[in-house]
Amino acid sequence: MAEEVTGSSPPAKSNGRRRGDGVFRSMTTGSSLVIVVSIGLIGLFLLIQAVPSLNANNINFFTSPEWATGEVGNLRFGIRDLLVVTVLSSLLALAIAMPLAMGIALFLTHYLQPKLARPFAYVIDLLAAVPSIVFGLWGAKVLGPALEPVATFLNENLAWVPLFSDGNVSLSGGGNIFTAGIVLSIMILPIITAVSREVFRQTPVMQIEGALALGATRWEMIRTTVLPFGRSGYIAGSMLGLGRALGETVAVLIILRSATSSSTFSFFDGGYTFASKIASAAPEFSEPLSTGAYIAAGLVLFVFTFAVNALARYVAGRGKAKAS
Amino acid sequence: MTATLTDPNRPAQAPAFQKISPARQFKNYLAMTLMGLAFLVAVVPLVWLLFTVVSNGYSALVNGDWWSKSLKGVLPEQFAGGVYHALYGSIMQALVCALIAVPIGILTAVYLVEYGNNGRFARLTTFMVDILSGVPSIVAALFVFALWVTTFGFETSAFAVSLALVLLMLPVVVRSTEEMLRLVPDELREASYALGVPKWKTIVKIVLPTALSGIVTGVMLATARVMGETAPVLVLVGYSRSINFDIFGGNMASLPLLIYNELLNPEEAGQLRVWGAALTLILLIMFFNLVATVISRFSAIKTK
Repeated sequence: MAEEVTGSSPPAKSNGRRRGDGVFRSMTTGSSLVIVVSIGLIGLFLLIQAVPSLNANNINFFTSPEWATGEVGNLRFGIRDLLVVTVLSSLLALAIAMPLAMGIALFLTHYLQPKLARPFAYVIDLLAAVPSIVFGLWGAKVLGPALEPVATFLNENLAWVPLFSDGNVSLSGGGNIFTAGIVLSIMILPIITAVSREVFRQTPVMQIEGALALGATRWEMIRTTVLPFGRSGYIAGSMLGLGRALGETVAVLIILRSATSSSTFSFFDGGYTFASKIASAAPEFSEPLSTGAYIAAGLVLFVFTFAVNALARYVAGRGKAKAS
Repeated sequence: MTATLTDPNRPAQAPAFQKISPARQFKNYLAMTLMGLAFLVAVVPLVWLLFTVVSNGYSALVNGDWWSKSLKGVLPEQFAGGVYHALYGSIMQALVCALIAVPIGILTAVYLVEYGNNGRFARLTTFMVDILSGVPSIVAALFVFALWVTTFGFETSAFAVSLALVLLMLPVVVRSTEEMLRLVPDELREASYALGVPKWKTIVKIVLPTALSGIVTGVMLATARVMGETAPVLVLVGYSRSINFDIFGGNMASLPLLIYNELLNPEEAGQLRVWGAALTLILLIMFFNLVATVISRFSAIKTK
């Protein structure tokens, strides 16, 4: 193996020592390989096991709202409704969490004194430590019923907006996308805040001082220096949050009520997201062909989150290149 | 401006500093208020949630059997027994996961910092670690199901859960370890090389021990994270109301799984168990987080 060394070079070695180096080097390279290969394997295995079921599917996989995998001879499954519920709940979560996260990140980095910022930031990080099943529990038993009047109000007064029209489950109890989206927004808030905080903090001091010296108020300073500098990082953090929301399983599973009719593109729908559909059927994974249908749904979710995360990384990378 | 031409003390020009116009001032205060409010809005659900869990769950925890008994033979409507079996499952699955994920994660981080040289494979690895950290837990669970159960033909077990958790834990360990290793000053490495110590020994005896506390902190945080995962246990292991010590076979409870199953129990005792188990899970995770914070507070890397 060729010697490639960063920064500082180790001394020339005798043969015996080089063997130790070689072994250790291959161990570290092997570990990296495990990670790279496992991502490939995830895609590969899901694909291999999804294909037979997709071939046996009797309706269109992408455009059908039906999901019936009980009869192995007559598989009928489509992801339209799963897609609608997943996207609606995640976008609602993002719409709520993005402005909040930006406000919190700016508050922590440019308004609070550094001494105070630390414990305050810790409080936000605590949100990330709460397990998703507890969020689900709280969302279904406490927040959902509490939001019922709000949902009823929106439904009665804004019904002409398709998103607030009557859904396919009753409003009572709050087992709809509206509640799920709000709970998801709380769950993704810490990650968006953490990423934004990191980039906002790195705004060049020269620019900040320059703006202040020209007489800008604090808000004008933030608008002219911090926000343009941190924009790409903020967007990247939001994409990471979106990825989390798309893949969140148990909280959504507990909160959303199952619906008998298909989705109406409303926030007051019930139903399943990709992740919650898979989890709901998990105890009955026995027949390979019907399991394959769920694996196909999982594959779509994987591709989805892969794309979102790759995009986030790309945006962040471009921002970094611009900044330096 | 008020000074007249005859005033000998009038300034030569308009004053250099003018008052900020009310509109700008208003906007400034408005922005500050909104940001403060955003923070408060985020604190509300946290406090509300913690209050709900504590007030509903603490009466279950003060019961003497809660920490030392399982739910074996306990009727749905009867409040007795405890979560010993689930506590064992949660901790065991996380520990087995950590045993696999920590060495791989640390070695990968060592590769990225010490050997990768920002080459093509190192960049690919970093990219994959990023992607892995975004893989939803249910997808990781499905993958292990497709690999371990369907392809290899093993039965679902706690070990399968640990395998899925490894995928979720790896990126966290790699990231935090990488960050810590980059903080180790180059002078230490150079001093070691100057004494003729080979590179691998330098890493094992100098670099890793210097960064150890940071690495341990990262591992604790990662362990806390995987303990709260519910999706893998839903897919990969059945629920059991009694204790099972065997990680390679049979059903095994864990706290999230217990909560999920007791949710179906409409009796008051079931609800009490749900909130009690939720509180136990939060306490367990907080404990790991706290230990991590304490370790990092008392032994930060000295960069100078």
